[in-house]
Amino acid sequence: MTPTPPPLLAAPAVSVRGLVKRYGRTTAVDGLDLRLEPASVLALLGPNGAGKSTTVEICEGFLTADAGEVSVLGIDPAGAPDALRARIGIMPQGGGAYPGVKAEEMLRVVAACSATPLDVRWLIDVLGLDGCRRTPFKRLSGGQQQRLALACAVVGRPELVFLDEPTAGMDPQGRHLVWELVRALRRDGVAVLLTTHLMEEAEALADHVVIMDHGKVVAEGSPAELTSGGDQQELRFRARTGMDVDALARALPTGHSAAETVAGRYVVRGRIDPAVLSAITGWCADQGALADDVQVARRSLEDVFLDLTGRELRS
Amino acid sequence: MTAPRLDRTAGPERFAPGTFTPQPGRGSLGGMLRAQAGTETRLALRHGEQVLLTLMIPVILLVGLTLLPILPLAEPRVDSVTPGILALAVMSTAFTSQAITLGFDRRYGVIRRLAATALPRWLLVAGRLTSMLAVVVVQVVVLSALAAFLGWRPAGAGICWAVLLVLLGCAAFGALGVLLGGSLRSDIVLAVANVVWFVLLLAGGIVIPLADLPSGLATVSALLPSGAMAEGLRDALTDGTGPGVGPVLVLLAWAVVGATVAVRTVRLR
Repeated sequence: MTPTPPPLLAAPAVSVRGLVKRYGRTTAVDGLDLRLEPASVLALLGPNGAGKSTTVEICEGFLTADAGEVSVLGIDPAGAPDALRARIGIMPQGGGAYPGVKAEEMLRVVAACSATPLDVRWLIDVLGLDGCRRTPFKRLSGGQQQRLALACAVVGRPELVFLDEPTAGMDPQGRHLVWELVRALRRDGVAVLLTTHLMEEAEALADHVVIMDHGKVVAEGSPAELTSGGDQQELRFRARTGMDVDALARALPTGHSAAETVAGRYVVRGRIDPAVLSAITGWCADQGALADDVQVARRSLEDVFLDLTGRELRS
Repeated sequence: MTAPRLDRTAGPERFAPGTFTPQPGRGSLGGMLRAQAGTETRLALRHGEQVLLTLMIPVILLVGLTLLPILPLAEPRVDSVTPGILALAVMSTAFTSQAITLGFDRRYGVIRRLAATALPRWLLVAGRLTSMLAVVVVQVVVLSALAAFLGWRPAGAGICWAVLLVLLGCAAFGALGVLLGGSLRSDIVLAVANVVWFVLLLAGGIVIPLADLPSGLATVSALLPSGAMAEGLRDALTDGTGPGVGPVLVLLAWAVVGATVAVRTVRLR
């Protein structure tokens, strides 16, 4: 079998503009814009109820939008799901299989729906399911069910894969296996749209991260862009208490702020470069103080996420 | 821009380059139908409770009612018993088993899983019907062979009518089964499907001919798919006569009404 290279698509794999979806009085998705480039990975990140799954299900053609434009591989998913589904792979949240079906049997049914599926036995083995090929679906562990669902999503050699919380309920080994698979998909030219609420996952896999809350995009960019916060960085140090932070801020280039967060602990926000660092330590020396325990913090995606979506628990 | 990527995987690469190079396309219609219907038929025939319902109980009733004088029946007893047992087999598979299977398939997300593939919606329905008919064929073959062994000699002239009635029964009970299994929660479907099966078995004209039921009940049962089918099969296979317009119309009406309501209410997900 000689795989033909995918056509070079100038168009995005998924394009969503102004998407709105309401359930009664609740607006699940509220004017959302998305763009997934070919052969890249987009992570939709957000707390429970942010509208991630609703967005994905509209792209898959399972739900219809109330407003907005959605184009998946150049096709309107609301109009032509059969034509579209022959080209995409879907991993619904929680998988889905006949309760009594054996793992391999289920994968064979899904493989039969594709013209040139991957080898079923190989896929079962490589996803670590060879030990439970003949186990009924309802007796598989949560992680095994997830891996079977993932196998079903990729077995048909799709151009585009939707993965809704692909690593939910998986142990660390399973999670790394899935990550390896997603990287291999991207490398081979498959576009991947995944939802997750694991920051680590988005950071490890995605070319582009879209953080959603209450149906809206609250931030987006590459993991590096999001975590560097543009030019915003911070430097923390310890020194004697009660120094004049306004004077410190004046000693720094414009756009920098300084504050004493608790007694003897200071934070400077702004672009931190060697000149700024030297200005801070020099200013402290002028005050007869030693800047100790100096740390330049790179915000984690988790910090960004919690800053944007708040820290209260969602039900 | 290249973000630093965590990569803690060791050893040779698990997925060789080019493994997932896109090569999409829909499978052949025949291949999809074979895979789905074949799997659903195998699942039905290896599921203990379903086999109890679709084969064991009909076999036990066929042998028991033929050999033991529990009910007063016309001689030869096997000729009186077999048509009702064939109706029971159809009801068990097309209605009870179908409803329960659909209820649990929905709960386990398989309808959605299949809808997510290139399998067209009409083929998904066709696959389920094919699987249902395959099980009915197995039942009819097993039960007819057993009845023949017990001395059953059906009226040859009625065989064509019998086939028609079995197909109409599949349609009527199948539509009602899909309606039930596609509308309610799986555990409620399980309870309702079994209770209806039991009531129709005793009071719906299946094992006790309409003529032996209290007259009010007999009138009602003649209008039920169970009564219409069993009575039609008795006429066709015992006397070799056509079942008349009544049973055919009753079964047709249930099939049309059931299917119409099912199309409007059933959510295949």
